[in-house]
Amino acid sequence: MDKHLLSAADLTANDITRVLDTAAHLAKVTDRAIKKVPTLRGRTVCNLFFEDSTRTRISFELAAKRLSADVINFSAKESSVSKGESLKDTAITLEAMGVDAIVIRHGASGAPWRLAEWVEAVVVNAGDGTHEHPTQALLDLYTMRQRFPSFDGLKVAIVGDVLHSRVARSNVLALTTMGAEVTLVAPPTLLPARVETWGAAVSYDLDAVLPKQDVVMMLRVQLERQRAGFFPSLREYARLYGLDARRLDAMADHAIVMHPGPMNRGVEIAAEVADSIERSVIADQVANGISVRMALLYLLLGGPEVVA
Amino acid sequence: MSRLLLKGGRLVDPASGHDGPADVLVDDGRVAEVGPELDATGAEVVDCGGLVVCPGLVDLHVHLREPGREDAETIETGSRAAALGGYTAVCPMPNTDPVADNAGVVEMVAARGREVGLVDVFPVGAVTVGQRGSELAELGAMARSAARVDCFSDDGLPIREARLLRLALEYTRAFDAVIADHAQDASLTDGAQMHEGEVSAMLGLAGWPAAAEEMVVARDLLLAELTGGRLHLCHVSTGGAVELVRAAKGRGVRVTAEAAPHHLSLTDEAARSYDPVFKVNPPLREKADVEAVRLGLADGTIDAIATDHAPHAREDKEVEWSTAPPGMLGLETALAVTLTELVGDPAPGARDPQPPIPGPPNREGSPPGSGGAPAVHSPSGYLDLATAIERLTTGPGRCRRVPGHGGPVAPGTPANLAVFDPAATWTVDRARLASRARNTPFHGRELRGRVVHTLLRGAFTVRDGLAQR
Repeated sequence: MDKHLLSAADLTANDITRVLDTAAHLAKVTDRAIKKVPTLRGRTVCNLFFEDSTRTRISFELAAKRLSADVINFSAKESSVSKGESLKDTAITLEAMGVDAIVIRHGASGAPWRLAEWVEAVVVNAGDGTHEHPTQALLDLYTMRQRFPSFDGLKVAIVGDVLHSRVARSNVLALTTMGAEVTLVAPPTLLPARVETWGAAVSYDLDAVLPKQDVVMMLRVQLERQRAGFFPSLREYARLYGLDARRLDAMADHAIVMHPGPMNRGVEIAAEVADSIERSVIADQVANGISVRMALLYLLLGGPEVVA
Repeated sequence: MSRLLLKGGRLVDPASGHDGPADVLVDDGRVAEVGPELDATGAEVVDCGGLVVCPGLVDLHVHLREPGREDAETIETGSRAAALGGYTAVCPMPNTDPVADNAGVVEMVAARGREVGLVDVFPVGAVTVGQRGSELAELGAMARSAARVDCFSDDGLPIREARLLRLALEYTRAFDAVIADHAQDASLTDGAQMHEGEVSAMLGLAGWPAAAEEMVVARDLLLAELTGGRLHLCHVSTGGAVELVRAAKGRGVRVTAEAAPHHLSLTDEAARSYDPVFKVNPPLREKADVEAVRLGLADGTIDAIATDHAPHAREDKEVEWSTAPPGMLGLETALAVTLTELVGDPAPGARDPQPPIPGPPNREGSPPGSGGAPAVHSPSGYLDLATAIERLTTGPGRCRRVPGHGGPVAPGTPANLAVFDPAATWTVDRARLASRARNTPFHGRELRGRVVHTLLRGAFTVRDGLAQR
């Protein structure tokens, strides 16, 4: 693995397997009465969040704390950033404070690359603009691996706003690396230019795609996209691309439903689908996120041989 | 002023068609004589053996940031950068603070240029008041001012309303001025960060499609045809735009066009670093576009190379890609980028190929004659040297008036000259640029072609590669 985790494109199949295997070991920590190991004692992890994302920040915070690292939460809204401090100055400040790893969430695509140029610390991309979210992809793969023996030939549909989705980009990269067969489903206005070069199939017709899939991953659709005219109305979007009970029935019996959250119930996913005990693994994704992020911090900060 | 003899150089003077050995005698700021083996009596001799002598370069499109952003560049630092690049004339764009939309500001810019005295400064005036695109600025007043402006542009902020562009093209016919448009459809590029294509999709950066340039180029050409006005297209960057200009020229539309060195040499792949030094507007395009712009430059569809030299303060570029302003430096690298990327390599030994020396067969068993012989460089360039120089000197002079510049190098004309070594290589080091800013996309690149001397009206502004002031 590289020094940083910036893009899912930087991970080989071996890297991904190693992260998932390590996460499986570390998941056992969570099952203990005392959910903590001393692996990263004395190391400092900073959660540098320029965008609000309570769930991702908490997930990283818990992961670091369960490895006994010291955790600083740096939220742009309450910090000097709101007084005009640049990303570079923030980076220099954190570096001077001796931070070992910086977990960055930023609204600008590529911000983690800039940060990695300015600091010695390990940089973990926790979502950059409309670009990537590699730890989300890894926790999604972990969740799929709990249900399916192999990624080879696994059929995964990613449905929704692919154009603006960092989850979609990272998942396509990681899944194709592992040999899965990805199909992107969206209205043409929400697909990126030259998407045919991504190594994934493309469809505008959710109903045609659904029955063949092992995994159906629904993406959050933001109201602002409708306002920008990418589709006429949320109602029409839900009708054409929403996963409701009727469509759930069209899926294969073994197929699972995923969503990176937060969900728009009634838009891209119906409440009964999200809450389906047999099909929905959405709560598993959240739980697995902690184990996978523990594994990443552990591997990137160079802990000793595997614990647990 | 003393007499100066530029001796033993290769004079490339596109305006007269001369390309070959010639001495140039300069007396009292003017060219006194051009010819072989001129008498050096009473003149200081400058040895130009192995060097190219040509008219001083002319840049149609620069941003000198004065007035308003003197922390990024000033007329003085920009002039020095220009002189070091072989330029004797530059045309600063009006997007300053205040905007150069009236006689007062353009006269101030021109006067400050004269005071600095390193290059001649020919300001571009704004087309509309404050470049706001709502009403025409006093174009006539700027044309009749001491700055004698004959080129107007709302560069950076394209003229959205077709009616207004039509009026500008019509109105300026009265004083034979040219409207230089930055072709960009605003609604298709709202929030755009880079060229729209495979790379933008992967990088998650909002795309600036080629069509957004081409549809405005098409509109502009139709309006030029309708009005009979003179249109100049700034920084043409797509294959489709080149094709539109080529067709329009074919039917006699009064249009000229420029291309920037970065659009002739770099592609959108550079954005993968997320380093905003590669962010520019219009954006770096794809390989096929670069190829098409090169071919357009070669066949004369594009008249001029113009740098769009856009200095930015360090803190403005040391940020996230989407926060950074677009623009890159160009004045000190344009000639070398052109020679390196577009002109066939005149490697030493290739110019005077020696016949292979007959000798004993090579012990390693390679065929006779291959061992030790200099590699034969096929001149794989897009332009020959004379055409490249034309696009940097005389070509710009076709787009707007730059009196005294662009050649011909003939007795009686002002001695505005550049002397460069076409074979010398050097490595771009942003720390050593004369520009106040550091945002060159060519940092660390080895380039071929080095400016040795620049003369403005017979006086060295650059001598032996060093700015004289």
